[in-house]
Amino acid sequence: MSDQLVIGGRTLKSRLILGTGKYDTFELMARALEVSGTDMVTVAVRRVNLGDKSKESLLDHIDLKKYYLLPNTAGCYTADDAIRTAMMAREVLDTNWIKLEVIGDEQTLFPDNIGLLEATTVLVKEGFVVLPYLNDDLIIARRLVDAGAAAIMPLAAPIGSGLGIQNFTNLKILREMIQQVPLIVDAGVGTASDATLAMEIGVDGILMNTGIACARDPIAMAEAMKLAVTAGRLAYQSGRIPRKLYASASSPTTGLSR
Amino acid sequence: MLTVVVNGDEKNVEDGAAIADLIAHLELKPERVAVELNRKILKRAEWPSTRLVEGDKVEIVHFVGGGAS
Repeated sequence: MSDQLVIGGRTLKSRLILGTGKYDTFELMARALEVSGTDMVTVAVRRVNLGDKSKESLLDHIDLKKYYLLPNTAGCYTADDAIRTAMMAREVLDTNWIKLEVIGDEQTLFPDNIGLLEATTVLVKEGFVVLPYLNDDLIIARRLVDAGAAAIMPLAAPIGSGLGIQNFTNLKILREMIQQVPLIVDAGVGTASDATLAMEIGVDGILMNTGIACARDPIAMAEAMKLAVTAGRLAYQSGRIPRKLYASASSPTTGLSR
Repeated sequence: MLTVVVNGDEKNVEDGAAIADLIAHLELKPERVAVELNRKILKRAEWPSTRLVEGDKVEIVHFVGGGAS
């Protein structure tokens, strides 16, 4: 009970936040969410395809009693588009939460930090709980905190790349310097050990999607990620031993039988 | 008949049709979509009273699976 993630006044049981994209079927997604133990999932806002007569809706497959929905502004390249998208998301759902993305480049999907700060400022004033996706940059992180962001969500590697943690130093600096709001790694995790390594730095949580959804067995990977996040958190709290160059015996060095 | 643009495509609707009628005509679940009329968001309560006029641009969005961009 003493170790829970609290974002914007909301207590989460799990330190894993999952995306809902790229799954082969809605059923597979629902099972992966379940197995992962997550209690917050992010969803994207898009035009309704008026030609699609199936009318099957993502929200039919997400138990809203079990998961908090975190709408996102994925695909937005300007502050204005992100603000519009956030407002539309708020109209559909009874939530003022938003995972804010303002993308600056198509190939890297790196954030446009200037647009991000602009949109954060506007949305906080509009009463949103804003969780911005940003570069691993301390200065923009501080500006976003000052603007009222409820969490700081730096990438660990490009979105969907599965490269693992490419920026340990910057994440460690962010961990030391950003204490006012939770620090969530958003993007880059490829496998369970990546999640553990990030958690061992002391980040408060991890948001991921592709690493699970595109694994050969998404259900098993969801479980692996759940365990990895838990393991990393416990290890962080336990305090690792210092690294030493030479051996240090773990058995008594006296009393040997001669 | 009026011609309006819905999600980029021209649609014909009855004269005097309201946003709520359009949503019903498209067989969309009202609680699952948000509507922008000429780039201004409409609250659901405004749908029945907001009548479409010739050339209106309507955007209808919903949630889809996604994590990041």
